[in-house]
Amino acid sequence: MKVILLFVILTPLIGFLINGIFGKWTKPIAGVIAASALGISFILGLFPIFSVLHGHIVEYTYFTWMPFKEVVVPFGLRVDYVSAIMLFVVTFVSWMIHIYSNGYMKGDKGYARYFAYLNMFVTAMLILVLGNNYLLMFVGWEGVGLASYLLIGFWYEKSTASDAGEKAFVVNRIGDAGFIIGILYMIYYFGSVTYTNVFPRAAHVLGYGSTAATIIGIALFIGAVGKSAQFPLYIWLTDAMEGPTPVSSLIHAATMVTAGVYMVARSNAIYSLSPVAQEVVATIGAFTAFYAATMAITHKDIKRILAYSTLSQLGYMFIGVGIGAYWTGLFHLMTHAFFKGLLFLAAGAIMHSMRGLLSIDLMGGLKKYMPHTAAVMIIASLAISGIPPFAGFFSKDAILGSALEMGHPIIWIVGEITAFMTAFYMFRMVFSVFYGEEKVKGLYDELHTHEAPAVMTIPMWVLAILSIIGGWIGIKMGGHIPIEWFITHTAPTTEVAHEAHYSEILLMGISVTMGLSGILAAWLIYIKKIITAEKIANMFKPIYTLLANTYYADEFVYCCIVKPFWWVSTNFLWKIVDVIIIDKGMVDGTGWIAGRVGKGLRLFQTGFANNYAYWISMGIILLSSWYLFVKII
Amino acid sequence: MDMNQLHFPILSVITFLPLVGAFVVALINEEHENLIRYVTFGFLALDFIISIPLFFYFDPATYHMQFVERVPWIKSLGFQYYVGVDGISLFLVLLTTFLTPLAQLSTWKAINKKVKLFNITILLMQTGMLGVFISLDMFLFYVFWEVQLIPMYMMIGIWGGPNRVFATMKFFLYTFAGSVMMMVAIMALYFLHHKFTGTYTSDIVKLMQSPLPYHLQMWLFLAFFIAFAIKVPMWPFHTWLPWAHVEAPTAGSVLLAGILLKMGTYGFLRFNLPMFPDMTHAFALLIIILAIIGIFYGAFVAMVQPDIKKLVAYSSVSHLGYSMLGMFALTQVGVEGSIMQMINHGISTGALFLLVGIVYERRHTRLISEYGGLASLTPAYAAFFMIFTLSSIAVPGTNGFIGEFMVLLGAFLDKHILGILVAFGGIFSATYMLTMYKRVFFNKVTNPKNLGLPDMNIREWLYLAPLLVFVFWIGIYPNTFLSKMRVSVEHLLKQVNRTTVVTPAKNEQISMVKTVVVKKG
Repeated sequence: MKVILLFVILTPLIGFLINGIFGKWTKPIAGVIAASALGISFILGLFPIFSVLHGHIVEYTYFTWMPFKEVVVPFGLRVDYVSAIMLFVVTFVSWMIHIYSNGYMKGDKGYARYFAYLNMFVTAMLILVLGNNYLLMFVGWEGVGLASYLLIGFWYEKSTASDAGEKAFVVNRIGDAGFIIGILYMIYYFGSVTYTNVFPRAAHVLGYGSTAATIIGIALFIGAVGKSAQFPLYIWLTDAMEGPTPVSSLIHAATMVTAGVYMVARSNAIYSLSPVAQEVVATIGAFTAFYAATMAITHKDIKRILAYSTLSQLGYMFIGVGIGAYWTGLFHLMTHAFFKGLLFLAAGAIMHSMRGLLSIDLMGGLKKYMPHTAAVMIIASLAISGIPPFAGFFSKDAILGSALEMGHPIIWIVGEITAFMTAFYMFRMVFSVFYGEEKVKGLYDELHTHEAPAVMTIPMWVLAILSIIGGWIGIKMGGHIPIEWFITHTAPTTEVAHEAHYSEILLMGISVTMGLSGILAAWLIYIKKIITAEKIANMFKPIYTLLANTYYADEFVYCCIVKPFWWVSTNFLWKIVDVIIIDKGMVDGTGWIAGRVGKGLRLFQTGFANNYAYWISMGIILLSSWYLFVKII
Repeated sequence: MDMNQLHFPILSVITFLPLVGAFVVALINEEHENLIRYVTFGFLALDFIISIPLFFYFDPATYHMQFVERVPWIKSLGFQYYVGVDGISLFLVLLTTFLTPLAQLSTWKAINKKVKLFNITILLMQTGMLGVFISLDMFLFYVFWEVQLIPMYMMIGIWGGPNRVFATMKFFLYTFAGSVMMMVAIMALYFLHHKFTGTYTSDIVKLMQSPLPYHLQMWLFLAFFIAFAIKVPMWPFHTWLPWAHVEAPTAGSVLLAGILLKMGTYGFLRFNLPMFPDMTHAFALLIIILAIIGIFYGAFVAMVQPDIKKLVAYSSVSHLGYSMLGMFALTQVGVEGSIMQMINHGISTGALFLLVGIVYERRHTRLISEYGGLASLTPAYAAFFMIFTLSSIAVPGTNGFIGEFMVLLGAFLDKHILGILVAFGGIFSATYMLTMYKRVFFNKVTNPKNLGLPDMNIREWLYLAPLLVFVFWIGIYPNTFLSKMRVSVEHLLKQVNRTTVVTPAKNEQISMVKTVVVKKG
């Protein structure tokens, strides 16, 4: 088992090395190599997962990575109930997307490079998930950030792509600084970063409600805000759509961006000690869920709609882990990986056949041309809208139900409103793209729009099936919910003093009503056209403008942070402080003074003996008078 | 106490072999340029090979000096030829023997004028640099310290860029001003030690136990501080560095950044910390503040540089700020991190200068705006540059992360606020490196002069690949290196934490000064 577990990580790493180093030669089969590596990794990963299902947590230490006097950090891997879920989701979804990419990236000149990066991403993601300590998690954490940077900027000849990649990396680094600070505090309090050393002692060392627990919790959460693109560090995610679409699907929807949720669930022992930190997590989550949904409503670009939707759904997950019902957050993480991964793959299929066009204004009636894509997109949209029996219904309902039960009514209300908006913007997109008339006559014929090849549709259907049945593990069976039972082994739900009870049927009813009315609203506007979208936009002109420009967040960051910073660095720090004050003033100034003094003293050397005799006698007089003066006193 | 497990003067051999090489090269006719290059490289490579046993025979269990050689030099004055290494200097010696041949390899095409003199210069510099790291006699140390200044002066002054004369004068006068301070301090230390103990000695190991009163420690500490701070260089003594780097030839920059700057940080570890423990504590906060200013200031100024080399030069100010921060945090992990950071900076920044040299050789410009889109033209070069960029911005898995994290942890354990503050430094290092990388390698090729730019050749692969190995070796298994410095650093911290009981009365009397040295071992 020890070797198997190691090879779960090593296989994609080997794939990366093969395609990365010998890419020139492996180009024709790069996709096959990468996808096979993932297949092997997935199958090997099943062994530890089964072991966990049988109640045996798997943990091995391979070598000592950082042996400091103050803290010893091992390189060890751990599969417990929480990481088993992640291991399954990551390897499986990655595998599907690797297969899909074989079709999608065909003919690209960076084919081998693409798959090398993709394998590298999976390696890093698995280190993040399986590492048995926080520093190893951090290795994966920055590793996935790096892979994301490289993949967003994959088409580096486009300046928008290379800018977006850099933006993603730098914004993530802000979060990473918080994460590192969290680790530093952890070392300070525990002298260790290994989960098995930290968690059992957390309650004892930190204490319930202590500042220490809050500091660690919030510092780590800053990392999660960066990686999982929550408010206010979300600005990188929509630009990240510059990358190839399967990348958006894998990294910016299904796996990497959920790392923050995983981290909070993983650190449940710490968060459960700090109600303040939990409140922060849940509030930021709820706010982002709502805030991002408002922006998704006005966007016209399919990928950007999906990106804002991802932000919003991540917000839901943070509500789940923030209120202390860790299992609900992870449950939604899993179902979201299926349906959001699928939505992006479908968007990719549309792009593929529309030669990169993405605006919903150009489409309409596409169902006829791309029946499979339309079908899976509708399934995924129903799932995200929370319509039973699709997967998203169960996980979203679990989060919102727990929020109400655990005493967060406001979060519940925000969540339900967001659910309405979610259904609306998703079906706005579905109706505009697949139904109705062709908006641009003859466009499809000109582009030869056609259904995607089987290598792409099969992975989509696999995820579509999971988007339907993936939520059923959230149905109460024999007195307990399987997924809750499973995850709470490792991440027990925070106990709440006054747990409120509501009728489950009623809550479900409200959730479903929200979803259905969102779909209905979209149907009325975009199919029935009882009122056109333009009219509504004109009615709420200021709000619409604000939303369509995404609250001017990017403009704000550029004008108020980036630009002044650059200006101060160039015109003040460099050109004034460094060049003039320090170098010219202090350094050369010292030399200049020495030179001046020398010039002055040179005047004394005249070459005339009488001048020297004069100064000598003057010196004697001065010295002797001083001596006498001192003596007399 | 002192030991030489090899019973062979290995340190003298590696130090003076390049000098022998210089004589041999001097005998070769100037016209045989390639022969000169081969012979020089041969000597440097041989030097590296001979130095390898240092690593394997080094005993990590003791802080005593190892591979020691001790010969009286001027008996009546107590001067000795006394050399040896401990866990602190070991890696600097190895870094020197490792980096110099690689740097020399980068000059085969780039240096075409006065090839013979250039190679002699490199060989002499190697002797000087190694001498600094192995000397355990303070006058010997000073001799080597000054000796290596001359080849560097020549290297910038003869083979440098258009402003080389100004740059080299600035470099020389600035560092020399520091050296003079050090000379005064060394003499003062020599006489004061005699005053308090009755013996004349310049033995560094003995001087570490010198019972110096508080107020004298201060002046000596400051004099050494200025000499070393200029060399590191710490903010605000850094302005010679961009000048020197921009004008120096590639090999000069590599050696300057890779090794010469480490002489400053090493000096702190060898003199300031163990000899003046009270002052170390008293000045720690001040130095830490300068170091932190350096970290951020270096990054901010690097961010807006139009010249790649200048950018890397300012990034050195930032990186060495980390080293100084870790050192004066005075925690085990901090000091180890400081040494680690020195090694890492030698590898990563050395490599970055080599990489800049590669395009400079082809295009004769280092302005970022002259490039763009290189990733599509020279993929291997872009890949190398990317990996060393990542190492420089401390991405986990590379050497940079280990060093920076150790320093952060060390600083945090000293005072929380320091670690928290500096944790945000990573944002800016990523910004300046990635912005530069983007502008050089990404986007479309806009400058037609870059079309047809050849990718790296075998020689270039040869001198970059070894550095790559260490990027990942240190990143993944740092214990190889850490285990050898542990005991020496522990001992150093014990020396720093010994308490000199001093009554700071106005007319201090020697008899009142008692030094309580914490028992060794």
